[in-house]
Amino acid sequence: MIALDPLLQDDLLWAPLLIVLLKVLVVFVVGLLATMLMVWFERKAIAGMQNRIGPNKAGPFGILQTLADGIKLFFKEDLFPSRADRFVFALAPFLSFVPAFLAFAIIPLGGDFRNGSSGEVTLFGQVTRIQLADPPIGVLFALAISSIAVYGIMLAGWSSGSKYPLLGSVRATAQMVSYEAALGLSLACVLLLSGTLSTSGIVSAQTTIVDWHIISTGIVPFFIFMIAATAELNRPPFDLVEAEQELVGGFNTEYSSIRFALFYLAEFMNTVTMSALIVTLFFGGPQPIAVGNFVLDIPLLPNALEGTVWLLAKILVFLYIYIWFRATLPRLRYDQLMDLGWKLLIPASLGWFMLLAAQRLARQNNWNIFVVTGASIAVLLICYLLMQAAFARSTRERETQGTMF
Amino acid sequence: MEFFVFVCAALMILLGAVGVIVRKHPVHAALSLVLTLFGVAVLFIAQEAHFLAAVQVIVYAGAIVVLFLFVIMLLGVDRVENLRTEPLTAQRPLAIIASLGLLGVLVAAIVDGNGKINERGSGINVPDLQNGSDANTVQLAESIFSRYVVAFEVTSVLLVIAVVGTVLLTRKAKLGAK
Repeated sequence: MIALDPLLQDDLLWAPLLIVLLKVLVVFVVGLLATMLMVWFERKAIAGMQNRIGPNKAGPFGILQTLADGIKLFFKEDLFPSRADRFVFALAPFLSFVPAFLAFAIIPLGGDFRNGSSGEVTLFGQVTRIQLADPPIGVLFALAISSIAVYGIMLAGWSSGSKYPLLGSVRATAQMVSYEAALGLSLACVLLLSGTLSTSGIVSAQTTIVDWHIISTGIVPFFIFMIAATAELNRPPFDLVEAEQELVGGFNTEYSSIRFALFYLAEFMNTVTMSALIVTLFFGGPQPIAVGNFVLDIPLLPNALEGTVWLLAKILVFLYIYIWFRATLPRLRYDQLMDLGWKLLIPASLGWFMLLAAQRLARQNNWNIFVVTGASIAVLLICYLLMQAAFARSTRERETQGTMF
Repeated sequence: MEFFVFVCAALMILLGAVGVIVRKHPVHAALSLVLTLFGVAVLFIAQEAHFLAAVQVIVYAGAIVVLFLFVIMLLGVDRVENLRTEPLTAQRPLAIIASLGLLGVLVAAIVDGNGKINERGSGINVPDLQNGSDANTVQLAESIFSRYVVAFEVTSVLLVIAVVGTVLLTRKAKLGAK
């Protein structure tokens, strides 16, 4: 069995095969278009925030600027630095580009999930989902892909055979590996409540606004996930990978032409994918806004298509938030980055996960939920004080013995 | 179909394994290891062990080999080692004996297990639309956290000891150097 999609349950015939091919094509084209528009949107929005005009020459509102830049980059000379490791140098852009597209495959892009509907649609007489793949491992696939994406940046810096790209990629690796832990732990809170790994299952569990996981997990996992995702994307304020002031240009300094463009494409594609993932996990994905029995329905549109509209609207909000981050927040220092990841986000997500697990156990066994929550908070408080004591001790020792690192 | 997947994955695994040994550059060897790990993940998926495949990619390919590469890059050991000098003289004969022993054990296990696989696999729920997508994950979690919970906890204690020991060793070396 390849996936949970009813389309792929029986023997593969021509019609299912064509539908799958169509879906692949649509996801790929939509991905590329979304990336192109995202670059334009980011430049335009940032220009607005900084009181500039931004791109305005190519096409209406400069919307074709990205296309023009892409074509220009295609025709630039493709340089290989003489000290570069040729094979790895050529491989690295693809290692960061391909995962960016793969992760988009598991996002439910539409469908009717209301009142526990399965989100399945009938297409040319075949029942399927509006989602390229619905593997049984679901969101773990996204985690696996994001852990593969590290290779692209890491190998790009190393294979350039130059000092600053290497520094950039070493930073990137440490950053992405450490924030992946916080990402996974805050994801675990969502999985604990939804009880399934499949993305369509997670979406169909979030019918009304109260069921949206941002509320039902108590907002903290969402913030942790959001911060960790920003760090995972290497976007500002966590863009130490390409800190121009310190590293000349970062891991992609030695790259030129289309290889350079591929890194940018991957970065923006990842931003879109990560926003879609946040929406899927915490904001009900294609679910409409619903409070109790009241559903904010868009008239005339079929429910399945309406899901796509809702998803796009929600994704746009997060894309704007990412741009907003970039325009307003200064870059973190490297030690601040590591402190935030290891000393705040990971313990906080772990503690919150324990709290949710205790509450769930209490509900299953009919214990008094307030007593259990109070006891859990007391335990977490003791853990917090112990951790603070450990930090204080290590600071003191560092002062007496000199810095270790 | 399954045979085709197996051949492709097996080729990936073997190519990667040979690459780890043959490639002179440590970074290339580590990348070959990634190829092997991916091949194993593909085989896991072909055997319907989706969760294992995901963990294989997240933990091994995504964290452990990244750590290898990180150390190689950070310490700058990316130059070719001289294989002529031997720090431990008994190393090579011992390695040959150990690998032959491992080969013997593996062949014995395969010969012994041949024909018993169906019998051992009975009672395992394979995920599909009826069993739910999480049949795999649920069964793994049940066996880890009920039947093998002691072994699981002891392993995590072992890992913590390893981390604490490493930190202690580095501190000792630093203090001694002063």
